[in-house]
Amino acid sequence: MSGAWHGLFRTVRRVMHAPLGALGLFLVVFVLISAIGADWWSTHEPNQINVRAAFASPSLEHFLGTDQLGRDIFSRVLVGGQIALKVSLISIGVALLIGLTLGLIAGFGPRWIDNILMVLFDSVRSFPTVMFALAVVTLFGPSLETIMIIVIVTQIPIYGRMVRSQTLALKNSEFILTEQAIGAGFFRIIFLHMLPNVIGPLLILASMDIPFVITIEAGLSFLGMGVRPPTPSWGTILNDGYSYIYNSPWPVIAGGIPVVLTTLGFTFLGESLRDVFDPKLRKDA
Amino acid sequence: MLFYFIKRICLGILTITIAVSMLYTMIHLVPGDPVKTILGPRASPEIQAQIREKMGLNDPLPVQIVRFLGNVAQGDLGQDVFKRKSVNTIVFEQLPHTIYLVLCGIGWAILIGIPLGCFAAVFQNSLIDRIVGVLSVSCIAIPTFLVAIYSVLLFAVTLKWLPAIGAGDGSLISYIRHLVLPAFAVGLGWVGYLARLVRASMLEIMGEAHVRTARAFGLKEQTVVFKYILRLAILPTITLIGMGIGILLSSAVFTEIVFARPGIGRLIYEAVTSRNYPVVMGSVLVTTVLFVVSTTLADLINAIVDPRLRTKI
Repeated sequence: MSGAWHGLFRTVRRVMHAPLGALGLFLVVFVLISAIGADWWSTHEPNQINVRAAFASPSLEHFLGTDQLGRDIFSRVLVGGQIALKVSLISIGVALLIGLTLGLIAGFGPRWIDNILMVLFDSVRSFPTVMFALAVVTLFGPSLETIMIIVIVTQIPIYGRMVRSQTLALKNSEFILTEQAIGAGFFRIIFLHMLPNVIGPLLILASMDIPFVITIEAGLSFLGMGVRPPTPSWGTILNDGYSYIYNSPWPVIAGGIPVVLTTLGFTFLGESLRDVFDPKLRKDA
Repeated sequence: MLFYFIKRICLGILTITIAVSMLYTMIHLVPGDPVKTILGPRASPEIQAQIREKMGLNDPLPVQIVRFLGNVAQGDLGQDVFKRKSVNTIVFEQLPHTIYLVLCGIGWAILIGIPLGCFAAVFQNSLIDRIVGVLSVSCIAIPTFLVAIYSVLLFAVTLKWLPAIGAGDGSLISYIRHLVLPAFAVGLGWVGYLARLVRASMLEIMGEAHVRTARAFGLKEQTVVFKYILRLAILPTITLIGMGIGILLSSAVFTEIVFARPGIGRLIYEAVTSRNYPVVMGSVLVTTVLFVVSTTLADLINAIVDPRLRTKI
């Protein structure tokens, strides 16, 4: 276990070495802390309506001002962050598991299963994501769960394809063939030899997908097709703010900045993680 | 070569067929009766039966899908029962607006992004290169709908330079004025994508032998950069744009809604919110076809340019 900690520590040090990596790590940690502790940091009940204080500018009472119902935007942004992170972590996690399994089956299993899976993956990917999302929302109605389903279904093919190509590349490598010759079982090969080689790049890919999921959640909620009001979400804060953009610019500014910081943070971090782990993919290589 | 072309096109058609069947099945398997949604809960059973018969909903699902696909193959997307108009008319009225938006967006991104990437590659590891690098990652990371909202806030609400919503009163000048901000929002991310891609592929080509030879002949640096490096480095951008048409269409949806512009994105959005299934099917189908056609085209162009790719499918 101490080896793993040591590895983590070394990775963090190498990420911190690049200015953008350090900035990314800082932003991600900042966003994580503010989301996890949202209940402690928030100064007001996020859904508490106080119409007389509507459209207040930022002040010591309301750090980021108030929206059209006089709700405290600072508290709503914090709780919204919690929801955004919850959606992205759960849905990417599930998509990773399913994609990993299907990718291993496609790469290791019989050829006909591989073909079927590939055509299915391509068909899912052939919808532009937002069109697919809109179609799914039509069917299931807007909710957090629907967003997660959309993310899971659209991400599975990406992870599946990647695992498949890695598996195919490994399948005929000498150490696997040797294992097979010695008589190693299917599961031993999969779990002991395939998985460790596949999981690293997959995790980096997944961490770079978090901004995408956050964008989808905020975007769909902005369209009124995601999180239902009054639950705060960055997207619904933006939606409310955009409807009243001529009354006060603060809701739009306060709802958008967290999205920008989070997507930038995860992107910078993901890029420098990729540089650290996979020198072949480095952009100036 | 011909074999590859045929194979790739068949694959495209197969993908569209499966995608459409999946969508059709999804729409019709979900609880909730489309007829009741169309007619409202208080319609008499006779009228419901009549409409159901008319829409062919009594047949088994595979029959319905085959009939739908057959109609689509003949260019008939169905009938919008709300407006009593053909879905073809509705979709193709809106499509040009989206196409102008996407073309203008990608157009300005090409004009800015490719030179930026070129600069960054020529002055590799300089301050310019670093700044371009950070800028392009940031452009990619910021979601289009936020760019759209913030450009409305800055240029329409605060500075009042440009109109915020609609597509103008019909005159060309006003149409163009209404197109500026949406096209800016659609294109901004692409400035980043293109700059990065051009930089990377230029750096790769700079190391090749023909560039060294050109330099050894004493050609001017400008000639080497523009004629021998950039010309080749631009090729991958064709693929990127072809593959990216899905991203472009997705950002068009958000942009059209933020700016209340007519277009296929807003059409889908409105059809979705009013549960107008025929229009949802028709417009999603058209965008899917656009997407598959452009990715296939990008693949084919690539195969012509780079014969090594033909064996990988």
